[in-house]
Amino acid sequence: MEIVHVYTKLRAEFGRQCLFSDRPAELLVDVLPDPSLGLQFIHKTPRDQALQACRDMSEHQVNTERFESDSCGINHVEGGWPKDVNPQEMEQTIRFRKKVEKDESYINSTLQLGSVMEHCIRQNNAVDIYQEYFEDEEEVEESQEPPFAKTINVFRDPNEVKRTVTCLSWHPDSGRKLAAAYSCLEFQKTSKDMSLDSYIWDVENPNRPEMTLKPTSPLVCLEYNPKDSHTLVGGSYNGQIAYWDTRRGSQPVELSSVEQSHRDPVYKIIWLQSKTGTDAFSASTDGQVLWWDVRKLSEPTERLVLDPGREGNLDRALGAISLEFESTMPTKFMVGTEQGVVVSCNRKAKTPAEKIVCTYDGHHGPVYALQRNPFFPKNFLTVGDWTARIWSEDIKESSIMWTKYQMSYLTDACWSPVRPSVFFTVKMDGVLDIWDILFKQNDPTLSLKVCDEALYSLRVQDNGRLVACGSQQGGATLLEICSGLSTLQKNEKSLLAAMFERETKREKILEARQREIRLKERSRSEQSREEEGGREEGEESPDQLIARAENNFFSVVETELRRRREKEDEENRVMSLILYTQQSLTFCSLTFTSENTKVLLLQ
Amino acid sequence: MAEVEETLKRIEAHKGVIGTIVVNAEGIPIRTNLDNSTAVQYAGLLRHLTMLARSTVRDIDPQNDLIVLRIRTKKYEIMVAPENGFLLIVIQNPCE
Repeated sequence: MEIVHVYTKLRAEFGRQCLFSDRPAELLVDVLPDPSLGLQFIHKTPRDQALQACRDMSEHQVNTERFESDSCGINHVEGGWPKDVNPQEMEQTIRFRKKVEKDESYINSTLQLGSVMEHCIRQNNAVDIYQEYFEDEEEVEESQEPPFAKTINVFRDPNEVKRTVTCLSWHPDSGRKLAAAYSCLEFQKTSKDMSLDSYIWDVENPNRPEMTLKPTSPLVCLEYNPKDSHTLVGGSYNGQIAYWDTRRGSQPVELSSVEQSHRDPVYKIIWLQSKTGTDAFSASTDGQVLWWDVRKLSEPTERLVLDPGREGNLDRALGAISLEFESTMPTKFMVGTEQGVVVSCNRKAKTPAEKIVCTYDGHHGPVYALQRNPFFPKNFLTVGDWTARIWSEDIKESSIMWTKYQMSYLTDACWSPVRPSVFFTVKMDGVLDIWDILFKQNDPTLSLKVCDEALYSLRVQDNGRLVACGSQQGGATLLEICSGLSTLQKNEKSLLAAMFERETKREKILEARQREIRLKERSRSEQSREEEGGREEGEESPDQLIARAENNFFSVVETELRRRREKEDEENRVMSLILYTQQSLTFCSLTFTSENTKVLLLQ
Repeated sequence: MAEVEETLKRIEAHKGVIGTIVVNAEGIPIRTNLDNSTAVQYAGLLRHLTMLARSTVRDIDPQNDLIVLRIRTKKYEIMVAPENGFLLIVIQNPCE
């Protein structure tokens, strides 16, 4: 059958026939040039205009939407057998196989294939075509490519209300798992819907956390036990310490009692080296450092109050915000405080007064991070306010090296575990800086903007290549550092040792000089005191001080009042002048200068 | 029948040969000197790969055809030869 389209229209509907006619050209619009408009333009000669005859290209980046993938296994059953043969039955399969072997095409094909294959096998046995020729030679030094770091994964907080990642801890064995503590550190900004959970992430799967930890109060810090990779200890916002075993579920196995714990958020908790492997100590801004045995969290085993007066007075204690412990020196530890002071303590001292050995005062703000160099334990790194400082234990007056003041607040730092001269810092503008002090001291070797919000925590994995940093909106970013920054260079240790020596010596010399100057001043002031005889210099009695202060105050008040009276008189004079000149028309600008050089403009 | 046996025995006797599998058009290993599960795995996986390699070769030049597909891995070399729907798979450990 033929399908035909038919268009029909009635003749009557066509309308009037069009009649075309000729018409001469008509001028509709004539716009003449207006030379006055040319004055608005500047004549520019000569003109340089580049032209290129090539194809227009444009570059465009597209980011696909995050899609969640899930790995799962499928069970395959042996197939391909014809319907009448049951693959489980040995007899049937053997019978089937025998049948095929009798087939003509099978025999021919196999003979053919046999000869081909033999040829290949003989080839393989004759010459090894993949032989390494220059295996013994040393690998040529790689060309100095610029350092780079690549983001591998971002682990986002799955809850609606985003919390800050306040602490990160790598799994001690493999570095395949990352524990992140989430809490909101801004005072009274926690909303009612904020979840209390913290998560353990598997590095390969950023879509869903591998395990959830459910504390009673948000966790501020979290640490894996380096001896037992299944246990974690965490310090929470309300001061309690909680102990988890990942084999026993999400609830803490034990929780310290509220009365015996800290009274402020626990900012740092570190596992100690002990025979039982169950000791930890924690620090908080309430001024206490507490030692715990995780088997019995009902009360701490030891308590230290960070009172600089060495009296154990809690009111005058410094709030602790970071802790440092090196397993090679088990009796010493250091505490970084809110007041910008680093306190070095000895755990084995006999009396609490002797526990605090010395203080290092260097920062204007809280010391957020504190870590000894893993290769040179005498030197440690502190971070606080806008600088990062490197100290030597012997020099207590000031740090031996420091970075210049950065544009934003530094929140965390750590040394690289493989390269002694490399350390990492994170800042509140979302930038991760990698410093290599053997290469460049003034600026970071590599500066990466990780995210738009502030970064609050940082942790390097033990192999030195992976770095995790946590942001304010709950995103933990995992980065991989290039091999140049994570492999030990030749002579690095000796060069760095020399550098630290040099800086320490410089500081010592400066300190000695300062002391000399101070001694001279003191001796000079003592001399002048003897010359002047009985005049009491400096040490006035309190009454005299009060009298002097009162006199000063009253004289200042007097002068101020006098000045005001004078100003009022002038203004009165000006007012009368205005009334006098009100007769004059429109703009009347009057300038009147007085002894006090005041200018009044009246319009 | 005997020739086929002889051929296969000769192949297996070569230096370094670990295993041999003859697979038919449906992916069933007919003759093998490896255990059944391994043979089934090799047969299933290599069948697809060989077909893909074959179609690649023929796409580029329709007159051409695949003779042998060699996969050199860290541990050994896998050689697959297709013919007439059948596959001969040989796993050899090349001498170093």
